[in-house]
Amino acid sequence: MTDFLLATAGFILFTVAVGLIRILGGPSNADRMMAAQLLGTGGITSLLLVASATGVHGVEDVALGLALLAAFASVAFVNSAAPPEPDDPQRANGG
Amino acid sequence: MSVLQALDIGLAALVLAVAVWTIFAREAFAAVVGYVAYGLLLSIVWVRLFAVDVALTEAAIGSGVTGVLLIGAAARLREAENAAADEQPSEPQRFWASFLCVLVTLALARVVLSLPDPAPTLAPEAAQKLAGTGLGNPITAVLIAFRSFDTMLEKVVLVLAVVGVWSLAPDCYWGGAPGAPRAARPESTLAFLAQLLPPFGILIGIHIFWVGADEPGGAFQGGAILAAMWMITMMARLTEAPPVSSIWLRLALIAGPAVFLATGVAGVAMASGFFAYPAGFAKPLILFIKAFMTLSIAVTLPMLVAGPPRRLPRR
Amino acid sequence: MSLVLDTLSIMAICAGAFFFFAGTVGLLRFPDALSRLHALTKADNLGLGLVVLGLLPRTGSLLASLKLVAVWALIQLAGATAAQLIARAARRKGPAP
Repeated sequence: MTDFLLATAGFILFTVAVGLIRILGGPSNADRMMAAQLLGTGGITSLLLVASATGVHGVEDVALGLALLAAFASVAFVNSAAPPEPDDPQRANGG
Repeated sequence: MSVLQALDIGLAALVLAVAVWTIFAREAFAAVVGYVAYGLLLSIVWVRLFAVDVALTEAAIGSGVTGVLLIGAAARLREAENAAADEQPSEPQRFWASFLCVLVTLALARVVLSLPDPAPTLAPEAAQKLAGTGLGNPITAVLIAFRSFDTMLEKVVLVLAVVGVWSLAPDCYWGGAPGAPRAARPESTLAFLAQLLPPFGILIGIHIFWVGADEPGGAFQGGAILAAMWMITMMARLTEAPPVSSIWLRLALIAGPAVFLATGVAGVAMASGFFAYPAGFAKPLILFIKAFMTLSIAVTLPMLVAGPPRRLPRR
Repeated sequence: MSLVLDTLSIMAICAGAFFFFAGTVGLLRFPDALSRLHALTKADNLGLGLVVLGLLPRTGSLLASLKLVAVWALIQLAGATAAQLIARAARRKGPAP
């Protein structure tokens, strides 16, 4: 069972690696913004499989934190590469 | 070769490949994406090494918050990128730079390979004294009980970093607020996420802080998650960063190290010495300190990402 | 009983891995950014959900199982919203597909 879990984790990491080739070399910024998605989902899956196979405790909290931070990183990537409201003028005066 | 070894080798190769790609990336945005990927893969490596607390910290701060910080910096440098591209170093400079880098790498490899095996460590003594602190997680015990002075100084360094970032503001903006103002009609998708995610994020962040006494977790990781939730609402323009002159902001920033230092000084009067905890009372005191540290980190990290004040202060 | 649970776990995890594979094939082969995004988010989220389902019998406690399900729900929420945001950004930057 543990060998099966480790093999699946390796397989999923392999698909993440292949996906990364596509994303990191992608022609547009939209491709790169997907990196957080791919890594978040694939990384969490491999993490859970490896931890279950090797008997590490407390890894569900790491998965929860990773999920939140993948969301946060996605939002940050999109905000930086293509701000949602490019024509909203910055108010110089706070009042 | 067993499946575990094959997995380890594959993981190490993937980490190296992503690191090399990050170095050779053409634009700053692509490099930052590679850096975040590298950090997330490293947290899997930490789990393989049975260091779950470090994995959480790497995911939260090493790749999450630092990645966003780098993206902000890359965005600010975008105008200067074209000018910098004309200032490439010359051929001899690049040759000598790479030669020195190879020398340093060889020296490091020599040192690492010649370390005694097993390496000298204080881990057995720390594990023995763990029961005295009342904590179940040895990492938390080391951070807050055995080498607490170091940890407090690290928090002071964070405050200094915020002061450094704020000092970059032009004189006219001092006292104003950093970042973009609250939008009258924020973009709907982002606003949806920023309204739905933070309640869960806050719950999870506080849970990770609280559980750090006995399970993997802690103040730093919990604070980073709380910081990420605040930053999401700021990026969605649902809230805006407070002005740097606001009193509660400054109090929140220094609360962590201040409470830590006060407890350490009080240890002189109430326990056996500077930064000693009274016996039997250690765990509640440690949780008390960690609560304020979490607050400070949750406020410091967004202020670092928001940057120097960019709007005029209210009169 | 544990043999049945193990078999179900293995089947769910295999299905999850298959969806990851399908998602990556889509990521490599689809012609433009929006369809790649579609393949990535839908297939990978389903893959994660099936793997979580397969790992549920192996967790030690009810709380850990609930946390795993919460991870999947969070990823669904964040993934769907991020896909919308990225698609909007991609459409604004380039010609409409």
